[in-house]
Amino acid sequence: MGPERIRLAGITKAFGALKANDHVDLTLHAGEIHALLGENGAGKSTLMKILYGLLRPDSGEIRINGQRVTLPSPRAARAQGIGMVFQHFSLFEDFTALENIAIPLDGRTADATLRAEVEAKARHFGLAIALDRPVHTLSAGERQRIEILRALMQEPQVLILDEPTSVLTPDEAEALFATLETLAAEGAGILFISHKLEEVRRLCSRATILRGGKVVAETDPRAVSAADLAALMVGEGVLDLRPVAEHALGEPLLELHGLSVATEGVHGVTLRDIDLTVRAGEVVAIAGVAGNGQSELYAAMSGEGGRVLSGEIRIAGQDVTRRDINARRMLGAAFVPEARLGQATLPQGPLSENVILSWHATGSLGRWLLDTVRTGAVARKVIERFDVRTPSPDPQAAQLSGGNLQKYVVGREIERQPRLMIVDQPSWGVDARAATHIRQTLLDLAASGAAVLVISQDLDEAMAMADRIAVMHGGHLSAARPVPALSRAEIGLLMVQGENAARGAA
Amino acid sequence: MEMLPFILATVFTAATPLLIAALGEHVTERAGVLNLGVEGMMIVGAATGFAAAVLTDSSVFGIFAGALAGMALSAVFALMVLVFATNQVATGLALTIMGLGLAGLIGQGFVGQPRAALPPVQIPLLSEIPVLGKALFTGDFVFFLSLALIGLVAWGLNRTRFGLLLRAVGENHGSAHALGLPVKRIRLVAILFGGLLAGLAGAYLSLIYTRFWSPGMSAGRGWIALALVVFAGGHVWRLVLGAYLFGGITVAQLHAQAGAIGLPSQFLSALPYLMTIAALLFLSISGRKGAGAAGSLGQPFVPER
Repeated sequence: MGPERIRLAGITKAFGALKANDHVDLTLHAGEIHALLGENGAGKSTLMKILYGLLRPDSGEIRINGQRVTLPSPRAARAQGIGMVFQHFSLFEDFTALENIAIPLDGRTADATLRAEVEAKARHFGLAIALDRPVHTLSAGERQRIEILRALMQEPQVLILDEPTSVLTPDEAEALFATLETLAAEGAGILFISHKLEEVRRLCSRATILRGGKVVAETDPRAVSAADLAALMVGEGVLDLRPVAEHALGEPLLELHGLSVATEGVHGVTLRDIDLTVRAGEVVAIAGVAGNGQSELYAAMSGEGGRVLSGEIRIAGQDVTRRDINARRMLGAAFVPEARLGQATLPQGPLSENVILSWHATGSLGRWLLDTVRTGAVARKVIERFDVRTPSPDPQAAQLSGGNLQKYVVGREIERQPRLMIVDQPSWGVDARAATHIRQTLLDLAASGAAVLVISQDLDEAMAMADRIAVMHGGHLSAARPVPALSRAEIGLLMVQGENAARGAA
Repeated sequence: MEMLPFILATVFTAATPLLIAALGEHVTERAGVLNLGVEGMMIVGAATGFAAAVLTDSSVFGIFAGALAGMALSAVFALMVLVFATNQVATGLALTIMGLGLAGLIGQGFVGQPRAALPPVQIPLLSEIPVLGKALFTGDFVFFLSLALIGLVAWGLNRTRFGLLLRAVGENHGSAHALGLPVKRIRLVAILFGGLLAGLAGAYLSLIYTRFWSPGMSAGRGWIALALVVFAGGHVWRLVLGAYLFGGITVAQLHAQAGAIGLPSQFLSALPYLMTIAALLFLSISGRKGAGAAGSLGQPFVPER
């Protein structure tokens, strides 16, 4: 192992009440490819933004090559030899590749001298790039090569890559790994952020694992199994939920039979042959790493998107495969999408008007003229019953904090007394107290005889709430299995490898 | 043929204020800032320039004073949109309204006073070329300055590092910030440059074009300059072409009125403005959506910290 390049000690960064990084320590050596692992929201991106000078830590110290430094800007970080390849590309769409490379290089323009240097560098690392094409005409893989080349032009001693393979094909990913191995062999230290564990085990010699903003482990990923890594990432903590009274399960309220759905998005996932049943009184959770088809499944169940290729969706026994969201609401279904602002609510509309969004379907707001007295009454009742903290009696949706807005949205749907409740990411970006409140509300709803389906990337949440858990991987849903019999390690493996591979390994 | 050099010269005189103001706004918009206050900055430049020229008895000094007045007004705009991240459209409109009022106040004591013309600059030898020589190489110094500005803006935006960064900031301020470019500082420079040129264009109006001051004399030229920037779609050469085309229409309608073709004079006076609308319509129908505009044009920039 080469000399120490970076030492982070006690890095802490809070956004309001949320501690995104809590006393994080990390060391990176020359020639090392070091993985930074963790679930969404574990604090990986925050830590990397601090190291790249985009965010200032509240406390803690950064040492580069043994020297203590402050990094007030990305420029300062680059001057210290730190390069970064962003998860969401930071390229300029209307500019050519060469211009994009010139922008962060002090004192350079997109001229012939730079072109010659870039071409030499590209040859050395085996990166094929058309330098004169505008970026918006290039594929995701080509764009990433520009980002990497741009970082390499600055001769970085440390290169940070934030989930670099999430948009790449397997071949492109292999080419990327070859480039990174060359770079490491030449003495650079590489920080590789990912939640694809197989990749990490293939490429990295060390791994630091973050959970809830804290370092929970530092290990050699090649010496432990993917399942062990997954267990470290998702943790063992439990939430303080009140147990609900024993209750019997009733008839099936949501049934998916052999459902296959073609995606409408560019990077969307096609759903294949999905079977799932949720019965009255039951809470089922769908776990999985983001981007494995959960959003597409939510859209298919709510009737908002995707083209059904085969199979059917039944709500309360009726075939609703070809019917819209309001028809599904009329059968007693309620939907809480992942995007609270813009999809679940109109940001600029007051809470009373936002009642209309889902309530107008049931017809109780008046046939021709809207009953504004009633919408106001509903909003007030939701605010009171679900403990929504508001700055004024009827504020705009955008004025509420994430947790309070989510309580409002969940409450608004529960006030409709649904028989089936489908919630996508119930506590995404919500503080712990509001999250527990929302989970409890959903458990109580199931205890009162409704069917509840929760889609969650947070495995702690899924384990704490669900009677059964199914795991989404690559557009396929595993069979839902009862929670007490299902271990965290098994779920982790299903999340990473999918059902068939996991069965083969077991 | 006696008339041609004279007509060409008047076309250039009519086009020059449009060209100068549009070049300034072009730079501002390339940096991603939409300043609808061009009309206001122009008229304040016209009033201040005229007042300063009368008080110091120097039209040259007046022209520089007018340019600085336009820049001062744009500094107010910069403070609002960069520091307080206000809505650029609303702020720009407010700037125009404020400018019109402010100009009336500044110019109050100077209405109707005439100014002598500036001595023309003649380029030796070239100005002796028959017909074109007189039109192209004889003129006021601001006309020649405007030609230099065309080159400066085109070269500066496309060939210099500052131009590259300015366009990058306009294209995507989020990415620019992530790469550590000083988004607000670059935009400040672009806004001030736009204000300086709008003020210069205004001073040209009152001190060279009409040579008197009257309230509201900019008569919508700031808006035409804004339309020219849209028409140019990011290309300086199209902006120059458009400016001289509009100059030509303005002069043509004057001659048409004098020559009494059977069209109402009101229609002919309205022609430049109708052409503006027609050009914008043509562009929005033919081009792809938002053709040529900078990617983050008009969006407030608020970095996380």
